[in-house]
Amino acid sequence: MVAAFDEMNGLNGGVRPAYDELARWLAEVPPDVLDYRRREAELLFRRIGITFAVYGEAEAQERLIPFDVLPRIIAGAEWRRLEAGLTQRVNALNAFIADVYGAREILRAGVVPDDLVFRNPAFRPEMSGQPVPHGIYVHVAGIDVVREGADTFYVLEDNVRTPSGVSYMLENREIMMRLFPELFSRYRIAPVENYPDELLATLRSLVPLSAAHEPTVVLLTPGVFNSAYYEHSFLADKLGIELVEGRDLFAKDELVYMRTTQGPRRVDVIYRRIDDDFLDSLTFRPDSTLGVPGLMSAYQAGNVTLANAVGTGIADDKAVYSFMPGIVKFYLGEEPILKNVPTWRCREEEHLAYVLDHLPELVIKEVHGSGGYGMLIGPTASKVAIEQFRGKLKSAPKNFIAQPTLALSTTPTCVEAGVAPRHVDLRPFVLTGRDRIRIVPGGLTRVALKEGSLVVNSSQGGGTKDTWVLAG
Amino acid sequence: MLSRTADNLYWLSRYVERAEYLARILDATQRLSALPLAYVGETNEWESAVATAGCSGAFFRAYEEANEENVTDFLAFSTVNTSSIRSCFEQARSNARAVRTALTVEMWEAINGTWLELQRYGNGPTSREEFSRFLRWVQEAALRYDGSAYRTMLRNDAYWFSRLGVYLERADNTARILDVKYHLLLPEHARVGGPLDYFQWAAILRSVSALTAYHWVYRESLKSWLIADLLILREEMPRSLASCYEAIVRNLDQIAAAYGRQGPAQRQARGIRTQLQNSRMDSIFQRGLHEFIGEFITENNQLGSAITQQFLT
Repeated sequence: MVAAFDEMNGLNGGVRPAYDELARWLAEVPPDVLDYRRREAELLFRRIGITFAVYGEAEAQERLIPFDVLPRIIAGAEWRRLEAGLTQRVNALNAFIADVYGAREILRAGVVPDDLVFRNPAFRPEMSGQPVPHGIYVHVAGIDVVREGADTFYVLEDNVRTPSGVSYMLENREIMMRLFPELFSRYRIAPVENYPDELLATLRSLVPLSAAHEPTVVLLTPGVFNSAYYEHSFLADKLGIELVEGRDLFAKDELVYMRTTQGPRRVDVIYRRIDDDFLDSLTFRPDSTLGVPGLMSAYQAGNVTLANAVGTGIADDKAVYSFMPGIVKFYLGEEPILKNVPTWRCREEEHLAYVLDHLPELVIKEVHGSGGYGMLIGPTASKVAIEQFRGKLKSAPKNFIAQPTLALSTTPTCVEAGVAPRHVDLRPFVLTGRDRIRIVPGGLTRVALKEGSLVVNSSQGGGTKDTWVLAG
Repeated sequence: MLSRTADNLYWLSRYVERAEYLARILDATQRLSALPLAYVGETNEWESAVATAGCSGAFFRAYEEANEENVTDFLAFSTVNTSSIRSCFEQARSNARAVRTALTVEMWEAINGTWLELQRYGNGPTSREEFSRFLRWVQEAALRYDGSAYRTMLRNDAYWFSRLGVYLERADNTARILDVKYHLLLPEHARVGGPLDYFQWAAILRSVSALTAYHWVYRESLKSWLIADLLILREEMPRSLASCYEAIVRNLDQIAAAYGRQGPAQRQARGIRTQLQNSRMDSIFQRGLHEFIGEFITENNQLGSAITQQFLT
């Protein structure tokens, strides 16, 4: 495998400017200080953690995602490029979804094959020809970005259904500011604490035209048993909006109301953190008790905004992902600023043949998978595992895509033996309102804590870091 | 606010209040049953504790005999009994979790800390000493929750609904003690019962933490009709029916003022309060103490349903 690009030391060992101060600081402080801060962070997290743990009880220990005290630092100029790339990407995603449920020009032009859209389980026929408030589909996107070199950023995944993780971005920063005031005085770090305000402004801008003057925005959660419930209640609290469950809402005469102590109150914008399938038992899964029967009628009548819109899943499918460069060019007439990882679609015969020949070098992913489950990392997999996967691939090739194994960049991380490089990715959050796109400078950096590991998912032993975007 | 949130807060308070009440009953019963028979007579205090907790039916479905071991287990630690101290605290915490954002940090920490501590007691204490400590701890936990609510909550509808839960539950609890022990409080009983009842009376007062209050209010030795007066009509006694209804009406009025409208709950509560204000003990005795208490329990339950219907669904 090629050597990974280290964000502190580059490829040839000279400290890169953004990490200058951190490197100096690391050299100055005795090792036990770092160790002490690490333990302090753990304590603090356990206390906020008690707020996490609240929701997890017995399994609380497992649920506490490891936190690394060394920040991941992104220079101002790097961030500006990322920001431009993210804006472009999300604009293209929105144009694509609007087109797929509207005029379908991209299908007619043959840029994306028909069946990939129409036979996709994430495609919602209910949304065909159905206008959505202000024509925007993806209001909150989490775009997973990885880095391979000083100037090479790849988009690994577009998460445009109900992306999570933003509460870690906010909590990590809070902890870091308490633990390392001296580092914060050496650096000028762009703040992220305004994210809830930006999110609220975005949601309020999406109010349907038929709504009352002062819009009511709510956050819809599947409930306390959902693994992201902490984030839902955290965000509702920061936004100052009601955290509702399906049973708190009802639809009548194509309007949505919530049950309050003062009687029914109309709801205008629903920031929903529940999947399409569970939204409305009259339209989607009839056995779902998490949603609101009749919600879709109100939505289709244009009386309530759902953020994100119904049917956005069509754009975060991994097979559709592979067409993103073409999608960007088709709608915006621009070259993509952020690269796509070259992707072989196993649904295509030639691609499949190549993939089967090169399994030990490739990463194979399920088209609809997430969370790092059900994937094969060729270079680290055993022969037996590779052969097993070969069987799976051959029996259902269209469920898989393959990508080269990327040498994800590394950043210094606290490990047992001291400070060592570990692989990271980045999930910035892109907010699209009626008025404009808002991106808070930062995001969630996930780090693979095991030496050599490329899997950053928390379910697979990954941790998180604070992400510093430098001002200027 | 969301009806579900209000409902959760209301029940959260009720569960905590109920847990404390159960601890007091158990404490009083333990004292009473420790006295030599010559002082209390041939009564089964443990059976009466179950009755006072209002769960005789469920108890005798689970056990044959009402003895110390069975009753303590059922009222304090049983997971079968949805009104045991353990179940109360567990439901309180699960409610708190569901409305985490409506609670202050202090309230959350009080209830979550209680729940965590509860796990340490496992299936029950191994000795009487430890059980006494447990009962004291339950009362302290309730005080901590109540105190943090009182000291840290915004005075808005969330607070008022949470207070309503406290007072409705408290009124019900006091009325239940009176319901089970009413025969000890009848004036004619005082003549036949004699000194045997002294410790029973003390136990009643102790279950509503009013033993000291009694002496301050009446400056007399224990008299059955005065005990009834204290627990029913005295507004200055925080666990009396009159005091509970003063608070219920006040909190409902605050909700009505904030929402700009009144409803059946306000009217019903005011009706009950007016009746308490205009009653005298001798007329209650004349009409029949037992009937009076029975009606009160029914009306108190009806008010609970009215509140649920008007605000919480």
